[in-house]
Amino acid sequence: MTTPSYTRADFQTDQEVRWCPGCGDYTILASVQQFLAALDRPREEFVFISGIGCSSRFPYYMNTFGMHSIHGRAPAIATGVATTRPDLSVWVVTGDGDALSIGGNHLIHVLRRNVNLKILLFNNQIYGLTKGQYSPTSEVGKTTKSSPFGSIDYPFNPVSLALGAEASFVARTLDMDRNHTQAILKAAYEHQGAAFIEIYQNCNVFNDKAFVQITGKEERVHNRVDLQNGKPIVFDGGSKAVVIREGQATVVESSSVDPNAILVHDETRPDPAIAFALSRLSHGPYGPTPLGIFRNVERPAYDTELNAQVAKAKGQLGEGDLAKLIRSHGTWTVEAESPNGG
Amino acid sequence: MADEIATAEPSSDPTEELEKLVVRFAGDSGDGMQLAGNRFTDASALFGNDLATLPNFPAEIRAPAGTLPGVSSFQVQIADFDILTAGDQPDCLVAMNPAALMTNLKDLRQGGTLIVNSDAFDERNLAKAGYESDPLGDDSLKGYRVIKVPMDDLTKEAVKGTGVKGRNVLRSKNLFALGLMAWLFHRPTEPTIDWIEKKFGKTEEVAAANIAAFQAGYNFGVTTEATKNTFEVKPAALEPGTYTNVNGNTALAWGLIAASRKSGLPLFYGSYPITPASDILHELSLHKNFGVRTFQAEDEIAGVGAAIGAAFAGSLAVTGSSGPGISLKSEGISLAFMLELPMIVINVQRGGPSTGLPTKPEQSDLLFSLYGRHGESPLPVLAIATPSQAFLMAIEAARIATKYMTPVILLSDNYVANGSEPWLLPDLDSIPDIEVEYAKHPNGPDGTFLPYMRNVDTFARPWAVPGTAGLEHRVGGIEKDALSGDVSYDPANHQLMTDIRGWKVANIANDIAPVEVVGGEDAEILVLGWGSTFGSIRAAANRTQLEGHKVATAHLKHLNPLPPNLGDVLRSYDKILIPELNTGQLLKVIRAEFLIDATGLSKVSGETFKISEIMEKILEMIK
Ligand SMILES: Cc1ncc(C[n+]2csc(CCOP(=O)(O)OP(=O)(O)O)c2C)c(N)n1
Ligand code: SF4
Ligand SMILES: [Mg+2]
Repeated sequence: MTTPSYTRADFQTDQEVRWCPGCGDYTILASVQQFLAALDRPREEFVFISGIGCSSRFPYYMNTFGMHSIHGRAPAIATGVATTRPDLSVWVVTGDGDALSIGGNHLIHVLRRNVNLKILLFNNQIYGLTKGQYSPTSEVGKTTKSSPFGSIDYPFNPVSLALGAEASFVARTLDMDRNHTQAILKAAYEHQGAAFIEIYQNCNVFNDKAFVQITGKEERVHNRVDLQNGKPIVFDGGSKAVVIREGQATVVESSSVDPNAILVHDETRPDPAIAFALSRLSHGPYGPTPLGIFRNVERPAYDTELNAQVAKAKGQLGEGDLAKLIRSHGTWTVEAESPNGG
Repeated sequence: MADEIATAEPSSDPTEELEKLVVRFAGDSGDGMQLAGNRFTDASALFGNDLATLPNFPAEIRAPAGTLPGVSSFQVQIADFDILTAGDQPDCLVAMNPAALMTNLKDLRQGGTLIVNSDAFDERNLAKAGYESDPLGDDSLKGYRVIKVPMDDLTKEAVKGTGVKGRNVLRSKNLFALGLMAWLFHRPTEPTIDWIEKKFGKTEEVAAANIAAFQAGYNFGVTTEATKNTFEVKPAALEPGTYTNVNGNTALAWGLIAASRKSGLPLFYGSYPITPASDILHELSLHKNFGVRTFQAEDEIAGVGAAIGAAFAGSLAVTGSSGPGISLKSEGISLAFMLELPMIVINVQRGGPSTGLPTKPEQSDLLFSLYGRHGESPLPVLAIATPSQAFLMAIEAARIATKYMTPVILLSDNYVANGSEPWLLPDLDSIPDIEVEYAKHPNGPDGTFLPYMRNVDTFARPWAVPGTAGLEHRVGGIEKDALSGDVSYDPANHQLMTDIRGWKVANIANDIAPVEVVGGEDAEILVLGWGSTFGSIRAAANRTQLEGHKVATAHLKHLNPLPPNLGDVLRSYDKILIPELNTGQLLKVIRAEFLIDATGLSKVSGETFKISEIMEKILEMIK
């Protein structure tokens, strides 16, 4: 088959996109479509599985195979696709409530197993679809319809959570930075195993400007910490740097430290401890916040291993023989003449 | 050794021929009674007896040794004719300790044979079982043929020199008991010795000790004439052919593999361990060389989720559990129904609700299977009646699921799952193929693909699996346009789609076997059943016939849709009895569907019906 030459339009459907005007989901959709078109891989080999939430409408707008499933269960459903069809590229689209609240269990287990899935978590720090309740990533004290006196729920840091589950690929990006998003998508696509991407996504209706500290014109220079593999971690025009002190990632004035003391980012470190430390630099998008790939290591993928077991069993035992199987517990034969003759 | 016969005189003929025999092995859960029972069964099967078994074990893996809750038992009925149940009352009871005697003696037939391990009857064990005085020393066992055997001592003696030591010595006690039973009931010894060699061959001393104990038990019978008469049950006049002895979980797993072969679809099984369904997962995970992929999920929701994904991607997708786990799957099953994807959901029922009686049979999930989902979501529901029938029922479930693009619920229960019976092996070539075709080409105007354009006969939508060029489409839980599959909130469309999904399942009635009635139309009563009560119902009807009554029986394999002839069948009898291991669930359905005043017989004690219980009810109704 000749590889098709796609444009973004080939990945769009005829469905009217129904997100609120100005929603960050539009930009993410455009980034994903653009990225897939550039891959030149047959469109029918992509499968998008989502849960429930505004973000989870995503598959309806992708001209690929897709399933808009049930709340929180997309990672489990996608596991069934990925393990039975290693020929496909399987993507999960989920929200902060979908992935971290109702579906938290499935998320940590696909990461632990390292199922070959690309997981896009649209984190808007709010329940969008149900009209604005606090979510497991909302900050303490947030007033919402269901927390009129301020939320008392301590939030998850999704990157820390994924690293805690020993995900082999963990990254964070931003809805409005399409180039950054596409670079991360590419690395995730090339990764063998589960790739977890937290995407900060603005919900301009229920949680506008949640990420202003790292997106605002003024603020972003000071707070956006871009992780680049093999490079010392510096930001704010080079004036600030990250070092590890007493096992913790800490921000210092670059001029105050020996340049050799500045942490050099290595996403391939086998041990996740330093990646975890980096994820703790800020607990949310409030101060200096790392964006980019925290971890990218090789680990056997669940589906690859399962299919290898199947292939090995066939190699060792030969293709299964049903007639033999049903006789495998021992048989006896009753002859046509009654053995009960006497 | 003592041979105390309190009631019957010993017969002068040392070998008594019996038509049938019910034996129960009872002991502490650590005594290996399931193993002894299974070996006795297999030796009988290979000898050609018909048989049916009933294991009974505590929910706790290791209840304290010697206590009443720790008692585990295994009952088998063997016969020289075609039998249907594991029997109501044992003719012979092996009691390995006082607790086993305390809990099981009430079931032993008067005049029956009681074999006890007298070494276990010390003060401590007697107290744990609640005996104030030693029943072996007073006359409380009057009325039974008691054979007291110091099994601990004799086992120790037997295994000397084999190399096993310490606590392992007494592990072979069950094989001593089995050896004695082999002598008493003229079972062949070779199959058991072969089996021990195969099973324990890796650790030579264990194999040697077990064989020694087994032979010592047998020889003990021979040399001491433990009892003056032995018993023999001749081979049954079963239909000619090749047989194996199979339990329901195994037959179900093999049936799924057969369905995979017959449909050409790879088999996927997503499940989370739960009693009594786990053995299906265990069995399937052995057979990867059949292309079987098993997935032990993080919970039942993920089990059904992964099955939905596998179905979407083109596998024969199956998920299995028991009551509590099925509850968790409910939302996923509704999604599969809405997506119109083929999937088999196995529910090996146990006593409920909640953890209930996890190791006991019950049929209390029928209404849950029929109605336990949100929204209008009727599903085909099938029920397995006997262990070996599970094989063909798995194939039937796969046929319906793939032909009609729908999830199917397949009900089993603990009695079917763990009970075993001889299975006349089918001619595999005579089982029809399951014809499945994935969609390959666009079916709409201008090369478009309409994922909800249906087959005019079955109402099934096309199965278009990822990877097929030109068929890219989206499915989802939101209501779909009746053709394009696009999201639709149109009121008329939802009405139409709800109706179509309902018709699709109702229409399956035209594609299933009519219910068969055994016993003529002139019978005084029809006994209607479903699931694992098959054997008790049929046997009760047979016995009532022998007493000169006319009794008909019918057993439902399809609970939804019901067989199309069922209404006519029911209306042709004045009296209808529906025995169920629940509080009257099929009864409710039959009354609602047919406005027929059937009578229920309910039992929810964690035990299956005794033949006599059903028989009494029949007699009461036709009096
Ligand atoms: C079982 C179940 N419980 C609750 C809901 C209602 N519900 C739909 S989306 C949602 C939260 C969505 O939040 P999030 O995952 O953050 O997605 P967003 O809308 O913000 O993109 C909830 C509670 C549901 N659809 N299903
Ligand atoms: S509610 Fe928020 S997240 Fe949902 S579509 Fe509107 S802006 Fe986007
Ligand atoms: Mg959200």
